[in-house]
Amino acid sequence: MIKRLLFHFGNFWLWKRRILSKPENMKMYYNETIRQMYDIGIGSLPIVFLISVFIGAVTAIQFRYQMAGTLIPNYYIGYIVRDMTIIELAPTITCIVLAGKVGSNMAAELGGMRQKEHIDAMEIMGVNTSAFLIMPKLIAALVIIPILVVVAAAFSIGGGYLATVPTGLFLSSDYIKGIRAFFVPWNFFMMFIKSVTFAYILTSVSCYQGYFVKGGSIELGAASTRAVVYSDILILVADYLIAVVLTA
Amino acid sequence: MIRCESIRKSFGDQEVLKGIDFLFEKGKTNLIIGRSGAGKTVLLKILVGLITPTSGNVWYDDNDFHNLSKHDLQQLRMKIGMLFQGNALFDSLTIEQNISFPMDMFSHMTAKEKRMRVDDCLERVSLTGVNKKFPSEISGGMQKRVGIARAIVLNPQYLFCDEPNSGLDPQTSITIDELISSITKDNQITTIINTHDMNSVMEIGENICLIDKGLVAWQGSKDEVLKSDNEKLHDFIFASPFLQKLVDASKP
Repeated sequence: MIKRLLFHFGNFWLWKRRILSKPENMKMYYNETIRQMYDIGIGSLPIVFLISVFIGAVTAIQFRYQMAGTLIPNYYIGYIVRDMTIIELAPTITCIVLAGKVGSNMAAELGGMRQKEHIDAMEIMGVNTSAFLIMPKLIAALVIIPILVVVAAAFSIGGGYLATVPTGLFLSSDYIKGIRAFFVPWNFFMMFIKSVTFAYILTSVSCYQGYFVKGGSIELGAASTRAVVYSDILILVADYLIAVVLTA
Repeated sequence: MIRCESIRKSFGDQEVLKGIDFLFEKGKTNLIIGRSGAGKTVLLKILVGLITPTSGNVWYDDNDFHNLSKHDLQQLRMKIGMLFQGNALFDSLTIEQNISFPMDMFSHMTAKEKRMRVDDCLERVSLTGVNKKFPSEISGGMQKRVGIARAIVLNPQYLFCDEPNSGLDPQTSITIDELISSITKDNQITTIINTHDMNSVMEIGENICLIDKGLVAWQGSKDEVLKSDNEKLHDFIFASPFLQKLVDASKP
C-alpha cells in the first residue's frame, strides 16, 4: 500500500515535469486550450447556475429559520449568505461538482484515448502527449474555474434574494443592506486562492487517472470514479488547510 | 535499416523476449511472425519505443534508439510512421484532419499545401472523396487505408504495421498487403509488419523473422518458407488443416 502510494507520488511528479516541456507547436496548443476553455466554461455553466441558485436560496431560508425570534437584525441574513458563499460554498461546492462533471470527463477522455491507442499513435509521431493532452486542460481549468466560481457566487447571492424577497420573507432593502455590510476584500482573495487550488487538484488528479489507465472498460470506469473521489477528498483537505492558513 | 541487438524484455518474473538479434532491411517488407503470445507485439513496441527493453539495443541506421537525446529522438520519431491494429484514428476528427494531424503538429506548410498533401496520400491509398467523413462513417478496410495515409504523410523512412490485416476479408487483406509493399518499394523505406496472416507471409514476406518463445526460431524469405525443414516454421505455417490438405493434394 505504502509502496504503491510512493510509486504514484513519484510517477505523478515525473509526469508533471513532462507536462511542462516546451510545446512542439504553439498554435495547436493554443487551439486546444481555447476548446478546453469552452468545454469547461460554457459546458459547465448550466449546472453551476442551477446548484448555486439553490444553495443560495436554501442558505438564506435556513438562516432565516435559525434566526427567527432572535434579536439579530434581518439584514444579517444577506451578510451571512454573501460571506458563506464567497468564502466557502462557491469555491468548494462548485469545484466538487466540477470534479464530478469536468474531472470524470477528462479521465474518461484520456482513458479512452489510451485504450484506443490514440496516445501511442501520437507518441510515435513524436508528440509529447503528456504536454499536448494535459497542459491545455490545466491552463483552461486554472483560468476558467475561478471565473465560474465568481459567477457561482453571484448566482448564489441572487438565489438567496429570489428565495426570500419575492416570497415576502424579507424586504429587498434589508437583503441588499446585508450584502453590502461588513465587506472584507480578503475574503474575495481567499475565494480565488481556493478556486485556483481546487482547479489544479481536480484537473491534475483526473488527468493522471485517465492518462495512466490500464485494462478495459471496467478499469476505465474505475479510473473515472477514482478521479472524482480522489479529487473530492483532496479538495476538502486543501479547503481545510487553506482555511487554517489564510484565517490564522 | 533497423537492427535489434540482444533484445530482452521481462514483465515481472516472466521473460517475454530472451535475446532477439535481427536485421530489418531497407526497401524490403520485413515480417515478424509467430503464434499469439510469442512476443511479436512486445518486440514491435520496443522497436517503436513504446516499451523500453530490459537489455539490448535497437539501432535505426547509426542511431541507438533507446539512448538518443530528447531532441534527436523527436527528430527520429518524425521519420517513423505506424499503422495500428485498431487503426488508432482520432474519432472526433475528420479523415482529412486525421491525416493532416502530423503536418499540423510538425510542419510549417500552408493550409493549401496540407490539403494537397492529404489528397496525394489519399490518392496513394486509392481513397478519394472521403476527406470530410469521420472514421466511423467508413468501412474497416477504408480505415486501414486512412491509417496508412496518415502513417506516410510525413514521408517516413520507417513504416511499422501491427496486424494490418486483422478483421479484414481476404480480398481487402491482399489490397492492403499490396499497398504496403508498393509503398515500401517506391519510397525505399524500411517496413516492419507484425502479422500471423499466412497470405501476407507468402505474398510480401521478403525478410521474415519467426519468433517462438521469445527467440528468433527462423529467418528467411517467402521463397524459402516451403523449402525449409525448420520444425517450428512448419508447425506455424501448416497449423491450418486446410492448408496442410492443399499441400498434401499438390504432392505427386
